[in-house]
Amino acid sequence: MAVATARRPRPKGGGAVPFSAFFWRYPWLRPLLLLSPPLFWFVAVYLASLVLLLITAFWTTNPFTTQIVQVWNTDNFQIMFSSVTYRTIMSRTVLMAAAVTVTDAILAFPFAYFMARVASRRVQTLLFAAVLLPLWASYLARVYAWILIFNHSGILNWSLQSIGLPPANIGYTNTAMWIVFSYIWLPFMIIPTYAALERVPESLVEAAADLGARRWRTIRDVVLPLALPGVVAGSIFTFALTLGDYITPILVGGADSSLIGTVVYSNVGIANNIPFAAAMAMIPVAIMAIYLFIAQRLGAFEAL
Amino acid sequence: MKLGALAAVVGLLLTACGSSSNNTGNTLAQPPTAGMKPLDKVGTGEGQLNLIAWEGYTDDSWVKPFTQQTGCVVSAKYAGSSDEMVSLMKDGGGGQWDMVSASGDADLRLIYGGDVRPMNEKLIADWPNFDPYFKNPPYNTVNGIHYGISLQWGPNVLLYNTKKFANPPTSWAAVYDPANKGLVTAYDYPITIADGALYLSKSNPKLGIKDPYELTKAQFDATVALMTSQRQLIKKYWGLGSDEISMFQNGDAFIGAAWPYQVGQLKAAGAPVQETIPSEGATGWGDTWMLATKAPHANCAYLWTQYVSTAKIQAQQALFYGETPVNTQACAQMEALQPGSCAQYHADASSQYFSQIKFWKTPIATCDDGSLNCIPYDQWVSAWTTIKG
Repeated sequence: MAVATARRPRPKGGGAVPFSAFFWRYPWLRPLLLLSPPLFWFVAVYLASLVLLLITAFWTTNPFTTQIVQVWNTDNFQIMFSSVTYRTIMSRTVLMAAAVTVTDAILAFPFAYFMARVASRRVQTLLFAAVLLPLWASYLARVYAWILIFNHSGILNWSLQSIGLPPANIGYTNTAMWIVFSYIWLPFMIIPTYAALERVPESLVEAAADLGARRWRTIRDVVLPLALPGVVAGSIFTFALTLGDYITPILVGGADSSLIGTVVYSNVGIANNIPFAAAMAMIPVAIMAIYLFIAQRLGAFEAL
Repeated sequence: MKLGALAAVVGLLLTACGSSSNNTGNTLAQPPTAGMKPLDKVGTGEGQLNLIAWEGYTDDSWVKPFTQQTGCVVSAKYAGSSDEMVSLMKDGGGGQWDMVSASGDADLRLIYGGDVRPMNEKLIADWPNFDPYFKNPPYNTVNGIHYGISLQWGPNVLLYNTKKFANPPTSWAAVYDPANKGLVTAYDYPITIADGALYLSKSNPKLGIKDPYELTKAQFDATVALMTSQRQLIKKYWGLGSDEISMFQNGDAFIGAAWPYQVGQLKAAGAPVQETIPSEGATGWGDTWMLATKAPHANCAYLWTQYVSTAKIQAQQALFYGETPVNTQACAQMEALQPGSCAQYHADASSQYFSQIKFWKTPIATCDDGSLNCIPYDQWVSAWTTIKG
């Protein structure tokens, strides 16, 4: 018994937790430890790979063995900008990305407006699930589904013919690519637009009504300008995703449907010309840098 | 310096003179691994074999018995394209890979990259039974040295829909004819340019194309122009065999080059299609098991090559994949497994048949006459991007 009283248990806390005391003494250590794993990830994996990409773009390959020759030159960029084919592919990609973005913005706005400002809480949840549902299914499966719709004996032509119209025959064309892209990236436009619309204060809408503005006038002059950053934020996704995609053009596109992504893919996968692929991959990076700069000026980042 | 260059050219010309049409392989500069001595005899297996293969080339039905017989456990990686094979095999296989089932369009790149090393054909018991063409095909044999043992081959036939083309096409002209706009398809790969060159070699003799893989600048430009104008007729280029099958089934393509595999699948599905080798002949592919320079399991690699060269396995693989064995004895085995298949896959083909087929090989700058006027493969690749638009 005497022994037990002599070994009195220490009170909890206090000196028993040396770590917290250590961090209390060196307060700067805590954020450092907290941030270093994500920072390491960001710098080593993300930034380093981008830098490597940039460096590789200034090398070439031995045309025969396809081994990389580490001699600095700008041949890849010269080929890219001097060849009509590559210039066409680049402008086709940018036009496609722009068309998809505009289409998605037009489709997404009324939908997001209804979700954010008209629908009941219950309906809102249902619509939210409906928007996100396609993202649960495989990208490839959804693209293949569109091939089945568009192909010569597909549902589209069948439906048109059964109501007496001529077949559309848009399978394997740029039109098909535009429709599939617009479908695939639509959720990425709806969600930021919805978030922005939901944040428009009800009081401003009421104030507009008090001042005599009709419904359309309110939408045009109050809701739309306030929701614009959300639309721009959504457009970052739709634009960037279209700019870099290669699966949809390969599967849905036809003979004149190469995009930047397809060229990168064929240079890595078929030609094994990684420097040229790297140079080509710098184009979307550069375009997106410009795009993000403009988007930031339009206040898109506050809406994310 | 100048004298040295002159000497090199003379040397090349001299070796070129030794080249001939009687098929002793290629006669070119020596590849880096030419001096490596191949094995004299096959020892006991190392218990492991790492392969890079086309999908379907290492099916359990013949890999399992091989492992039982030899103790070599096979682990295979499937490659999606010849170029993926070349990039996986970099640095002599990196000490990881033992063998690659490369197609002819990759072979010379592997050979001159120093990634594969000579093989001793005397160690392959079935080699004497190979069709003479595939003993020393120019795509895997350089200066009489075998950088691999031929495996299987197939022609790129002209596939067409018999309802749309009631009169069977007899010339590749059909796939370049503007009347067939929207009906045509073609393989989405730079080596397809050779199909155009083969057609031009007959339709435009003034160009003087002898070998569709050895094109001078003028010949190459003419071919690229032909292929670019063909793009207007094409709805979609196919990348996978299954793409072409579904396009023919859905009415998105009615005529185009195809492998016997697609023809077999479409016919089995009851599609109204037929194949032909047009009057100009056809291109074709031949696959080769090649040994990595740094292969860690060389004995198992030889055991594997011996095994897949036997008539029985040759027949099994041919029917599994839809291609033709190089071992002439495989014909009887094919008939036993599937009556009529020997003739269907041309396993009994005569030398006259082979003379119609120009097998894929890597286009390189050195022409057959030793001059450096030919357009190398990297330009084929960039031209292909231009053609597809």
